[in-house]
Amino acid sequence: MSATPAVELEHVSRIYSLPSGDVTALDDVTLSIERGEFVAIMGPSGSGKSTLLNQIGCLDLPTRGDLRLLGRSVRAMSDRELTDLRLSTIGFLFQRFNLIPVLTAYENVEFPYLIKNRRSDADGRVVTLLSLVGITGPLVNRVSTQLSGGEQQRVAIARALVNDPEIILCDEPTGNLDTKAGNQIMHLLEDLNQRGKTIVMVTHDPVMAHHAARIIDIRDGRIE
Amino acid sequence: MISTGVIFQVAVRSIRLHFLRSVLAALGIVIGVVAIASMGMMGANMTLAITDQLSDMANMLVVGPSTGGGGGGFGGFIGGGGAGDSYITEKQYQNIQKIASKYGIVYTLRSSSEYIEIGKSRGRATIYGLDTEVLPKILALQEGAFSKSITSVVIGPRLADRYGLKIGSRIDIGNPDEGSVTTVRVSGIIEERGMSFDLNTDSAIVGSDRLFTIILGGEGKYNQVNIVLSDISRVDEAKKEITDELNRRDEVISIQDSSRMLETITSSLSTMTGFVMAIAGISLLVAAVSIFNVMMMSVNERIREIGIMRSIGVQRWDIRKMFLYEAGVLGTVGAGIGAAVSFAFGYIFVFGMVGTVNYFFSPQSLLFIPYAMAVGILVCVLSGIYPAWRASNLDPVEALRAE
Repeated sequence: MSATPAVELEHVSRIYSLPSGDVTALDDVTLSIERGEFVAIMGPSGSGKSTLLNQIGCLDLPTRGDLRLLGRSVRAMSDRELTDLRLSTIGFLFQRFNLIPVLTAYENVEFPYLIKNRRSDADGRVVTLLSLVGITGPLVNRVSTQLSGGEQQRVAIARALVNDPEIILCDEPTGNLDTKAGNQIMHLLEDLNQRGKTIVMVTHDPVMAHHAARIIDIRDGRIE
Repeated sequence: MISTGVIFQVAVRSIRLHFLRSVLAALGIVIGVVAIASMGMMGANMTLAITDQLSDMANMLVVGPSTGGGGGGFGGFIGGGGAGDSYITEKQYQNIQKIASKYGIVYTLRSSSEYIEIGKSRGRATIYGLDTEVLPKILALQEGAFSKSITSVVIGPRLADRYGLKIGSRIDIGNPDEGSVTTVRVSGIIEERGMSFDLNTDSAIVGSDRLFTIILGGEGKYNQVNIVLSDISRVDEAKKEITDELNRRDEVISIQDSSRMLETITSSLSTMTGFVMAIAGISLLVAAVSIFNVMMMSVNERIREIGIMRSIGVQRWDIRKMFLYEAGVLGTVGAGIGAAVSFAFGYIFVFGMVGTVNYFFSPQSLLFIPYAMAVGILVCVLSGIYPAWRASNLDPVEALRAE
């Protein structure tokens, strides 16, 4: 493991200002996730686990405290820099798969590659990744809405990997899948972790959480 | 496929996904482009047709009796009901002749609308009386010849068509119930001239000055004196010299300059065309609202998709581009179809309104098609700016939560 952690949160708070008053979603969270770690974040609904994942994924910024990804503080970054960070350093997996509905499986995986590299995938990386997650043959050119949930999540994994990110963030990745498909996805994630990827997974399912090397419990915005 | 390509592709696919809605929005642009292009082409064709007809006579000065209030408008001083109270006297004509002969051909003109009878057909026609020496210099015949005989006349082609007149046909001028009738013989038919500053001969009878005097009297009294300048650049000089001499004491004559009148007509036509095009532009405004509505609906339906794109690293500018492409594609397709329809519709419209398509393929006319297309596309892209801006500024977390 490298000396610089993949993710570091120092006294991070996220407070939402609502008409009814301020709501503290994360309360003074300090956390460090090493490179190559597989961490599961568990907690009941509304505990702040998705907020924490959004912070790590640079989709949202802390109200207070500091967040560092691979040693770089994100607090002072512009929207452009944060977007670039999401493109190159982070791969996302969502509960609802979140593929772009008008694109095929191939195009969904190719999309972030084109955005980052500004050129076509001449090395066959997209096809290799789709094969790796078991999307082959006619499935490759099928529009995402014509794929099953398990197939969509596999495509989402290939998409998350296409720019070779250091960190993969998963928000209930098996939440919309049956047990068999869920287990297949978890095995893929374990495999990726063994290949050196840092995986942070939010789940409320203890069975899935036990695939991780470390489980972090969060309650009322605080790590227990 | 580069990134711009994929962003463009997503935009095009979104249009295809909502095909009917997109077609209806583009239809607004089609109508707007057709309206603007057709109106513009109609105006351009009308201007070209009129200026072409009149530009041959741009070197004309028309001297008439002073009416005490302005020039009397297009057509000079002719075509009224006889000499009336105001006329150019023989002495004034001699003065004008003395001054203006160095500038070009000077000739007098008398005209009156008279009752005519051809066989059993009756009607009215303008009778012009001119110096027979001048006639061959200012009029061209399509058939027949000029004759020095007092009772010979040349007639306009429309008059010939209307009454079936040929060379040798006889025309009775004057109402038998009111006085004497003079019978004249057609010796030639004038070529069609269209509108003119000096004399409108297409439906007229043109005879000698002497014939006019015999029929209507008024010897030495002229409706106007025309000067055909040999050098158009001397218009102002000639005008000034004649005015200085004849209007030295009182304003007895006024001069109309055909090139200025041509400018005024062209300017008026341009203003009218602009006004009509502005009205046609309202249809584009309606189309813009429709495109705006479609784009806003597209943004609202794709909030989640925008969230996904933002989360995987698509920059705000690319999101903006995606919606601008969508608006641009709608505009380009609409404007393209509009241009094709404008070409066909404009042709029919110009033929119906102007009566000729001789000028339809001229650059001044066809220019309105790319112009209307550009306006159509621009309107579309402008309509897409706010929706694109709104889409690019959505909060990724909120956008991902959208259903």
